[in-house]
Amino acid sequence: MKRTLLTGNGAAAWGARLAGVDYIPAFPITPQTEIIEAIANWADSGEISGRMVTLESEHSMITAAGAAAATGVRVFTATSSQGLLYGMEMLYTVAGWRAPFVLVNVSRGLSAPITLEPDHNDILAARDSGFLQIHCATCQEVLDSILLAYRLGEDERVRLPVIVNMDGFYLSFTREPVEIPNQDVVNRFLPPYDPENISFRASQPTSQAVAVLGGGPYSYFRYEMHLAAQKSIEVFDKITRQFSEEFGRSYDAVEAYRTEDAEFIFVMIGSFATKAKEAVDRLRDAGRAIGLIRPRLLRPFPEAQIRRLLNGKKGVAVIDQNLSMGKGGILYTEIASALYGQPDAPPILVSFIGGLGGRDISQEEFFEMANNIRRAVEEGSAPPPRLLYTEGEMKEVRKLQAMANVERQM
Amino acid sequence: MYRIRFHGRGGQGMKTASRILGTAFFLEGFEVQDAPRYGAERRGAPIFAYVRADREAINERGIIGRPDLVIVADESLVPIAAAGVMTGITGDTVILINSTVPPDLWQNRLNITGPILTLPMTTEVEDRLEARFIGALCAGAAVRLVDVISLKSLKAAIGRELEPLGPEIVKKNMEKALIAYNSMDGHAGCVKEGGGMKAEEYERPTWIDLPFDEAALSAPVIHGAATSELMKTGLWRTMRPLIDYDQCNRCWWLCSTFCPDGAIRINDEGYPEIDYEHCKGCMICLANCPPHAISAIPEEQAKGRSEGGKKS
Repeated sequence: MKRTLLTGNGAAAWGARLAGVDYIPAFPITPQTEIIEAIANWADSGEISGRMVTLESEHSMITAAGAAAATGVRVFTATSSQGLLYGMEMLYTVAGWRAPFVLVNVSRGLSAPITLEPDHNDILAARDSGFLQIHCATCQEVLDSILLAYRLGEDERVRLPVIVNMDGFYLSFTREPVEIPNQDVVNRFLPPYDPENISFRASQPTSQAVAVLGGGPYSYFRYEMHLAAQKSIEVFDKITRQFSEEFGRSYDAVEAYRTEDAEFIFVMIGSFATKAKEAVDRLRDAGRAIGLIRPRLLRPFPEAQIRRLLNGKKGVAVIDQNLSMGKGGILYTEIASALYGQPDAPPILVSFIGGLGGRDISQEEFFEMANNIRRAVEEGSAPPPRLLYTEGEMKEVRKLQAMANVERQM
Repeated sequence: MYRIRFHGRGGQGMKTASRILGTAFFLEGFEVQDAPRYGAERRGAPIFAYVRADREAINERGIIGRPDLVIVADESLVPIAAAGVMTGITGDTVILINSTVPPDLWQNRLNITGPILTLPMTTEVEDRLEARFIGALCAGAAVRLVDVISLKSLKAAIGRELEPLGPEIVKKNMEKALIAYNSMDGHAGCVKEGGGMKAEEYERPTWIDLPFDEAALSAPVIHGAATSELMKTGLWRTMRPLIDYDQCNRCWWLCSTFCPDGAIRINDEGYPEIDYEHCKGCMICLANCPPHAISAIPEEQAKGRSEGGKKS
């Protein structure tokens, strides 16, 4: 075991290395990340034995990953933002092959307008693809989640590919202390892949991605994926317990922070949730009964855990770093559907949209959101969804618009 | 928690500075977060990097709003608002500037009362972008200013971060870091850890409800022509190309043709003229000029000079 400073990208590369992956297909050009650069260096120096191959697009990269997984080897790949969307058709396709592999996505806001900074619309566009999703808040969690993801996806009850997600900049370029576990301990937790009947060998033909006209067979196969995804919650619980015994770090499907005696709760996914933790600590210093929950699993959606943690609370603020145009925050919608009809559901559920395109969420804003939900509880009604957006930001945009629209002297 | 920002230009080693300092803190037993911050810019553009260090796990993330220490590797960035050098500076923030201008003059210029220190780091070179070891110098100074990191950890950090560059370069960087470290002896420990924010007393965000704007306004379309002219990329330049019009033979305007930013125009007489508001100082023109009529001088020596870019 070695504790050192790693970026999220570095931690992801280490996760793949420790998992002993056999095959790494990669699109090597932007928006590809340093994850692939690190793995390429190791492949070059012989520090990893897996085969790395560069492909001409994310579409081909994900196809190659799925195809390799369907031969029964352990596969790793990575992409980011537009790249994930470019491969979207194949995400849905290869998930249906029921051959597991792990893909790391570095979240970044989508075009247009173009940005380089993070939000979650890219990863949420893959929400219904059949890939399971683990969302990380620290660089350590990135490394650990990759190990967890292989165990989860490869479990015979699951057999679905898994995306491990981290925020661009806030994790991908940020170094933090990360424990790199010893290979032998990893091997104990994550033994060599037993693909069971996933195989493709010479003289043993299998047909993959068959056509099924008429809705009956189609419904069966698709719904079986759903059932496997749902089953993966209990599988995840077992795996994380074992992980905790082996490595001393525990990763519940939903992280709960100072929730036990809390009356109010922040709900967030991803690395900005650590900012919310900081705010919870400061609010606790001021005597406020507030906590945080952070779903690590977004698919499967850990509904029972979320209900258990939120039922009985007075007010909940869901902070979405994504936007479904014409509806609102996606996490808010998911939380609301989990709570609807629950006899003890929190009466106040407030939606905040913040952090789009890497827009920071300040401590002051967390304090203000906490005040907002407290006020809403006192008044007995939730305010409408709010975009975290200040007067100063509006002025800045008006200035840009003035420039964009004025006839200028050449 | 220590919150420290390094400001410089792309290529000056600010990421290296933050990594050396981050590793030094880490080796000293601190929890650490370090990161560079940049967009789509290139060499010469303003960038910054930051380090957080605490005895406990760090939950804060992203750019540092209220720094305890700001180190400026390139003094020409201080007056550039877009570089954000002065962002979040309080009366307790220690500012260290790579400069030969004395601290009290900086205090006057910036109209601040907080502590300002200076350290001339790049006197031996003309082009600040060519200066080496700035990352190590900045990190060495920072280590002395916080004074909670041993020299052993500083040296080990430099060794670790620069190892791929070879032992000679590591050694030279260590020497430089030590010089900066020693030069801050009189100010050892002047940078103190800042506290957390208090939830009882905070400045309320001025949230607004975003108004509905019709697409004619709210589409991200730029209708005004040539708005890129408003982006004064000349600020990225550390060296200025000068044209000696006595030598210029009005060739096929190779300088203008090769200029990647279209910052060289040809006047009515057929002479090239340089738009210094947008010339980034890449010196491709200099390299391509057949009669060697283009030379380069450090930007700070060029202040107030008008000749060289326009035919008089």
